[in-house]
Amino acid sequence: MTTVPEVAVIGVGLHPFGRYPGKSALEMGEDAAIDALADADVDWTEIQTLFAGSMDVKNPEAVSALLGMTGIPGRAVFTGCATGGTSLAMAAQSIRLGEADLAMAVGLDKHKRGAFADHPSVSGLPEWYGSAGLFLTTHFFGMKINRYMHEHGITEATLAKVAAKAFRNGEATEHAWRRKPLSEEEILASPYLNYPLRQFMYCGPDEGGAAVVLCRADKAREYTDTPIYLRASTLASRREGAIEVLTPSLPVRDTASPTTHASREAYEQAGLGPADVDVAQLQDTDAGSEVIHMAENGFCADGEQEKWIAEGATEIGGRLPVNTDGGLLANGEPVGASGLRQIYELVNQLRGRAGARQVEGARVGYAQLYGAPGTAAVTILST
Amino acid sequence: MTTQVPVAEDLFTWPAKEPALIAGRAADGTLVFPYRPRRLNGTAREELARVELPRRGTLWTFTSQRFRPPAPPYAGDDTAETFEPFTVGYVELDGVGLRVEARLTEPDPEKLRIGQPMELTVVPLGRDPEGNQTMIYAFAPVEV
Repeated sequence: MTTVPEVAVIGVGLHPFGRYPGKSALEMGEDAAIDALADADVDWTEIQTLFAGSMDVKNPEAVSALLGMTGIPGRAVFTGCATGGTSLAMAAQSIRLGEADLAMAVGLDKHKRGAFADHPSVSGLPEWYGSAGLFLTTHFFGMKINRYMHEHGITEATLAKVAAKAFRNGEATEHAWRRKPLSEEEILASPYLNYPLRQFMYCGPDEGGAAVVLCRADKAREYTDTPIYLRASTLASRREGAIEVLTPSLPVRDTASPTTHASREAYEQAGLGPADVDVAQLQDTDAGSEVIHMAENGFCADGEQEKWIAEGATEIGGRLPVNTDGGLLANGEPVGASGLRQIYELVNQLRGRAGARQVEGARVGYAQLYGAPGTAAVTILST
Repeated sequence: MTTQVPVAEDLFTWPAKEPALIAGRAADGTLVFPYRPRRLNGTAREELARVELPRRGTLWTFTSQRFRPPAPPYAGDDTAETFEPFTVGYVELDGVGLRVEARLTEPDPEKLRIGQPMELTVVPLGRDPEGNQTMIYAFAPVEV
């Protein structure tokens, strides 16, 4: 390790993702926060600043009304699917700036079933783009992996293997939403939602909460024997020329995705490289995204995923276990909370308390998020 | 007879026997689609020329849409029951260094292939508040 950590995670909490009729998003955030406080052995009254992420709740920082109105600054955070990375990064930054010794990041959401609907103008797009049926982020996922498979020799069988792994890991994860394993044959028999992506290769929007308690690194051992240090947190937005969600046209030139940029910067911040990572959580909105993100985060070259996945390299016990809790495919995506679920899983892995899905000897964990409007976040944690 | 109107102004030339997409062109040759009259260039607003894009290109990638998109914003002249799955893709236009996202006229993704030649057409989409039939651009496979 070449950098001295300034911020530590001392507690993580989760309200399992799924469907909870009658329970509000704020109540799920409250449960996750209480879980994280208990894990950190910290009283809510000791938390000095709050960053709360949500897509469907306008003021998620109002979770403090349920936890106790202590008068601390509470801020809402939203960067699409990268929201969890941002709430964590902002909580960490407030500690670095000396605003707080103890901070909380919380995410909470409660989505309806089915594709997200919005007016194209919220993404700076003209109305006709929505009228024509083009305003769907899922088209991007289908089109990007279709091109990627064509250029790099990735097969449909590999996509099925990625999805099957997710549901297998979900089975081993008590809090996962989808816990029924699916065979590659069953996955390949499900209908195309966005060619070449099939129904069982997609995550679904759902509900849930996740929370993290952060602390000044030099004080972390006052609270826990197993602090997990924040080595890097980065955020990158799209650059002209990259194929991204909701893009009516793009110039013909090779431009790296925001994930690639966020990843490179994160390795630099951490003083680590891809080979140092023991366990990774990669945004798997669909099985194709996980395949692409393996390369965009530097773990393998474009096209090597075919061999890696055939050899089981991303399974628990493989050389780089990916999405050990089943990722988005098995947990669904409450957008505001999803990124902090990744942190919850990594912290449990790095503390050696992941039970049946424990990655032996994991010391460095890596989390990546990607979503509309072309935003990627990377977080690196270590023991 | 129902009047056919483009779904938006400044999107494609219409009526036209050979319709073309409309883009903005900056002084350095950069093409902006959909058309906007100006863009930020360094510190100043730059006026863009209104140009027509080539009608032909090759299919760069594609996908399919199995379910009726959420409406609104979707404004197709169909219902959840009558909806027919469609395909969308990026077509790399000949000679201008631009890929354009579009509906494709072939609804079966298994009949499409990356690299095949495509040509612009205009197809019915839905109804406007006055009862006119709205029209949207799409790319059709070129028989070779």
